[in-house]
Amino acid sequence: MTDIPSADVHIETAVLAPPGPKLFSPGGGFLRAVAVTAWFGRHCIVAGVDMDMPAGSVTSIIGPSGCGKSTFLRTLNRMHELTPSAAMAGEVHLDGVDIYAPGSRPSLMRLRIGMVFQKPNPFPTMSIGENVLSGLKLAGIPCGDKAAMTERCLTRAGLWNEVKDRLNAPAGALSGGQQQRLCIARSLAVSPRVLLMDEPCSALDPSSTMRIEETIREISAQVTVVIVTHNMQQAARVSDYTAFFLADKGEPGRIVEVGPTSELFNAPNDPRTEDYIHGRFG
Amino acid sequence: MAGTVPAPAPPAARKVGPSVGDAVERPLTIAAVVGAAMALLFAVTPLSGLVGWALCTYVGFVLADAFDCYRTDGSVLAKDRVATILVATAGLCTVVPLVLIVAYVVGKGLPGITTSFFTDTLEKVGPTDPATVGGARHAIIGTIEQVGLATALATPLGLLTAVHLAQSRGRLARVTRVLVDAMSGIPSVVAGLFIYTMWVVRFHEGFSGLAAAMSLSVLMLPTVARTAEEVIKLVPGGLRESSLALGAPEWRTTLRIILPAARSGLVTATVLGVSRIAGETAPLLMTAFGSDSVNANPWHGAQSALPLFAFQRVRNAIPTQIARGWAGALVLIVLVLVLFTLARVVAARGRKGLR
Repeated sequence: MTDIPSADVHIETAVLAPPGPKLFSPGGGFLRAVAVTAWFGRHCIVAGVDMDMPAGSVTSIIGPSGCGKSTFLRTLNRMHELTPSAAMAGEVHLDGVDIYAPGSRPSLMRLRIGMVFQKPNPFPTMSIGENVLSGLKLAGIPCGDKAAMTERCLTRAGLWNEVKDRLNAPAGALSGGQQQRLCIARSLAVSPRVLLMDEPCSALDPSSTMRIEETIREISAQVTVVIVTHNMQQAARVSDYTAFFLADKGEPGRIVEVGPTSELFNAPNDPRTEDYIHGRFG
Repeated sequence: MAGTVPAPAPPAARKVGPSVGDAVERPLTIAAVVGAAMALLFAVTPLSGLVGWALCTYVGFVLADAFDCYRTDGSVLAKDRVATILVATAGLCTVVPLVLIVAYVVGKGLPGITTSFFTDTLEKVGPTDPATVGGARHAIIGTIEQVGLATALATPLGLLTAVHLAQSRGRLARVTRVLVDAMSGIPSVVAGLFIYTMWVVRFHEGFSGLAAAMSLSVLMLPTVARTAEEVIKLVPGGLRESSLALGAPEWRTTLRIILPAARSGLVTATVLGVSRIAGETAPLLMTAFGSDSVNANPWHGAQSALPLFAFQRVRNAIPTQIARGWAGALVLIVLVLVLFTLARVVAARGRKGLR
């Protein structure tokens, strides 16, 4: 996984390598952002982001508040355009196909590129079991063996043992960490190619955070994970690749550096990256 | 925990939080200032009688209490105290008239409530018969049918309008909102006249319960739509987003996630709409017209209704007829109350076990 050529070069200056056969592994989708720029109204949030998120790996996005990481993440599965006044430019390729291509349906793209949000938000009117299968129901996908599906998704999200005896209990009765894992299970049920996570642990305690990180490591074999985090240790622990975003005052956020996590943390190319990961600002 | 050390008796709870009772602890100051204020107010203002006395005492009390509080606790706490008293007064001013109205209707209407009131009509009642003869069965049937039909017409439309208003941000939604607001300002007489000219006369349909229901639904629609819109807007945006992020289309998100999450509020919106129209009289005069006998067919022929019944009875100069009118008003109030309670129970049962 670590010898993918396109990701360990400095993207800003390097030409993106064409996706090799390895990038189309069955274990997840290969996501590529090309010159992604996003606005809210006239305010440009992020500009010119080129980035590869290789198949079957975990890519983390770090950077100080307001650098556009979350906005960038939301352009990756067309959630950005749900905000009124939002606009974007550039391309996002999933396995070589632009998800913003004319005629492509946002809901179909979101089915393939799922998202877990900062705040755990299981559907309050549904039980735990119903929550897991809600994505299939909502997307109108027929589901064969419901019990097996529920068990498989909850097991992958690391929640099965805790809830197997109370699948009919309301989802709101779970703790925050359990709710977030339920949301991950819910996202996995529709078998996405990519799972985007927007600070999934920032509302959770350390032990729940640890469980989620384990979950991320386990699911990354089958689904590409892109995670935005404020926590640099988390990025170092959980991800194969890391991208560092930064926004100068009054400027849109830009990508400063992207590369294998160990390289970016141990030998960053850019002095700003070094300053940030050593806590000198941000 | 059982079987170990017996738990000590819980200590008595201490009284916490402010209370108006504090003022009583400074009776001398209060008495002195209230007296002065009253004397001043009586001398300066043209008020007199019981109302004037009560008003002056109230103003005196507020001023004295504020001054007393200012003296000991400073201006911030004094302002807080005045605000507390004023808010409590405003609440009381809302509740008291309501209680008085209900109590008055109960007092006037209760003597006329007999079993025959629910089982009999006015068909064979002469003007001099006592109030215990005859009843309002025809009016009760009419009201239930008309309100039921109006609800069946206005609720689906109102909920769809609310979804449109809450979910879409286009120009059409803005125009719709203005129109719905304007619609809620339509006088009920106009709604009745509209149906009268368009349906009763133009299409030669004649008076009917359906015509009444149509005019009532015109009045109910904006109430349901705007209340439901506010309720739908209260559903956390995260739920909508996470449903969309699962690949759900908008319409399924609305139907499966947002409306169920807003369920009890939507029931409230419908009940508010029902209570808005249940007591309407003016449109019924031109659409249902009124009748003294049972007409259970809402599609054809003049029908009575409780508000109409009350209106037409009370217009009489004969005391027994007026008593019947009050009884009709009481039954109407109880009917709305029962509907309200039923709706609450249904809404609560639907989510039992969840949340």
